[in-house]
Amino acid sequence: MKSLEELKAIRDKAKGGLAVRDESDASTKIVVGMATCGIAAGARPVLNAFSEEVARRGLSDVMVKQTGCIGICQFEPVVEVFQPGKEKVTYVKMTADKVAEIVTEHIVNGRPVTKYTIGANE
Amino acid sequence: MKELSLNLLDVAQNSLSAGADLVEISVTADTADDRLEISIKDNGCGMSSEQLKAVTDPFFTTRTTRKIGLGIPLFKLAAEQTGGGLSIDSEQGVGTQTKAWFTISSIDRMPLGDLKGTVDILIRMNPNVDFLYTERVDEKIMELDTRQFREILGDVPLDNPEVMDWIGGYYDENSPFLNTNY
Repeated sequence: MKSLEELKAIRDKAKGGLAVRDESDASTKIVVGMATCGIAAGARPVLNAFSEEVARRGLSDVMVKQTGCIGICQFEPVVEVFQPGKEKVTYVKMTADKVAEIVTEHIVNGRPVTKYTIGANE
Repeated sequence: MKELSLNLLDVAQNSLSAGADLVEISVTADTADDRLEISIKDNGCGMSSEQLKAVTDPFFTTRTTRKIGLGIPLFKLAAEQTGGGLSIDSEQGVGTQTKAWFTISSIDRMPLGDLKGTVDILIRMNPNVDFLYTERVDEKIMELDTRQFREILGDVPLDNPEVMDWIGGYYDENSPFLNTNY
C-alpha cells in the first residue's frame, strides 16, 4: 500500500536538494495548448508525456507548462518551445509518441525536429 | 471530446481561471440508479447572474481573445445525449459548482477514459492549488486530498517528480474505476 510514511520519506529526501522551481530558473519552457480545442485534439497525453520524459531524464532546468488557446486550432495539439536567445519553435499535430524524440533531439541536443514543426505542416 | 475525463479536465480549467485555490471534484457511479455524476466545485470568483444565464451558449465567453467558448456546451451536450443533464450554481465571491449527470447504460454515453491522466495534469500544472478528488462506485470510495499531502510535504512542492509518482501509485491502488469499463 502507498502509505503516508512513504510520502514523509520523499519529503525528507527531497529537502536536501530542494530548489525552488519557478519560471526564472528554467532555461527551457515547453508550453502545451490546453484549451478546449487542444484537449479535444489530444493534448492531454502529450502534456503527460512531456512531464514524464522531462522527469525521467532529470532535466531540472526545463519547465513544462500549459496555456490556453494559441489561436491555430486546426493544428492542435500545439506545443511551443521557448529557449533564451533562440527563436520560439512551434510543434503542431503533436502526439505522445513524438515526445521522446523532441526531448532528445531538441531539448537535450539543441536541434529542433523540423519535420514536426508548423513550417513543415503548412 | 472522446472521453468524459477530457470534459472534466476542460471544465476544471474554468475553476482555475476563476482564481480558485480549492477545487473539489467528484466522479460517482450509482449502478442501482444507472447514474453517473461528475461534479466540479470551486471557491473561485463566481459568476454574475447574467454570466450564469449565458454560460451554456457557445457564443458566450469571458475571454477577450476570441468569441467562442465550447467547454460547457460540449459537456452539457455529452450529458443530455444520454438522457442526463447539466446544472451550474454560482455566486460571486463564493464560487461555482458544475454538475453533469449521465445514464450509465446509454449507448451515447462517452467512456470516462483516463481519469488518472486528468488528475495528474491538474495537480502537476497547479501545484499551489488544492484538490479534493473523490471517486465512488457504489460503496467503494477513493479520496485524494492534496491538503493532506501538503501538510506532510511541508515546503516540498506537489509537482516534485517523486511526489507525483507517489500520487500516481496511490491512484492505482485505490481508484474504484480502475479496470472497470466505465
